[in-house]
Amino acid sequence: MKFFAFIVVLFTGALLIYGTVDMPDWGDPGSAPNSHVSPRYIEKTLEETATPNAVTSVLADYRGYDTLGETTVIFTAGVVCIMLLRRFR
Amino acid sequence: MKERYPDVTIETVCRLLIPPIQLFGLYVIAHGHYSPGGGFQGGCILGASFIMMFIAYDIGEVKRRMREKLNTILCATGVLIYAGIGILCLVLGANYLDYGILHQILPAYPAKARALGTFGIEIGVGITVMSVMISIFLNIGTAGEHEGEPE
Amino acid sequence: MIWQLDIMFLVLVVISAIASVNVKDLLSSAILLGAYSFLMCLLWIEMGAVDVAFTEAAVGAGISTAFFIGFIFQTTRRTKD
Repeated sequence: MKFFAFIVVLFTGALLIYGTVDMPDWGDPGSAPNSHVSPRYIEKTLEETATPNAVTSVLADYRGYDTLGETTVIFTAGVVCIMLLRRFR
Repeated sequence: MKERYPDVTIETVCRLLIPPIQLFGLYVIAHGHYSPGGGFQGGCILGASFIMMFIAYDIGEVKRRMREKLNTILCATGVLIYAGIGILCLVLGANYLDYGILHQILPAYPAKARALGTFGIEIGVGITVMSVMISIFLNIGTAGEHEGEPE
Repeated sequence: MIWQLDIMFLVLVVISAIASVNVKDLLSSAILLGAYSFLMCLLWIEMGAVDVAFTEAAVGAGISTAFFIGFIFQTTRRTKD
């Protein structure tokens, strides 16, 4: 049984490594994600949002809905923990 | 939680370390515009300082410093700050979470108003993450059987 | 990207991941997972993603290790299998 699990893991790992062959090179300026939206954000972030750190401006400003959903997920996790585990006397 | 064995070394080290950790957490939240960091990381560091207090002292010590009721209210306050800034933008006549319109009520030009709005929501995210981390640790670490409010 | 550092970090990541699965003591396993997260953080820094590295260090190596250590005291210290 353990040998069978090892075979499955090996096969999945080989499949994942085969999938990375199609990925663009690391830091390739001509790849798809680096040639459409990234230059726009990097060039315009200082004059549009006055924030030198582009990651913060993308996370909190351009993609604000995303971060709102993320915060709501964390809030839901805390509320569920309180509702399931806390024993109110 | 198991019963507590007092240890002078751990208590002294935690007493020395916790204020710089909390100060660093506030710095990470406030300086997220210029260096790596932001609300999530700063909130995690603030929550970790309280968890360190849980591990070094007992539950009652932390609950005296951060009341459970206050902690639960702070959980919701962070999301409320975030969504409230979005609603404020909506009321002032722009899209939801479009902070540029905040220059009507803030003494700043529109780009700077966007930076200030981003800072506001970072504070909200930090508050939520900090209190949720404390609440999860308190409720799972004691299986929900900690006592009520102290005194 | 310095490939010597890359190889060194990746080998250490694989070693700590395998060790954290195989070790019998759950506290050692939690500490090894913290070491794994910290090595991943070094790997992110080395690739230039400093913000991701900061999140990994704060969440993976800080909060989750503290969570694991706190929660192991609620259960048994050693694994059964």
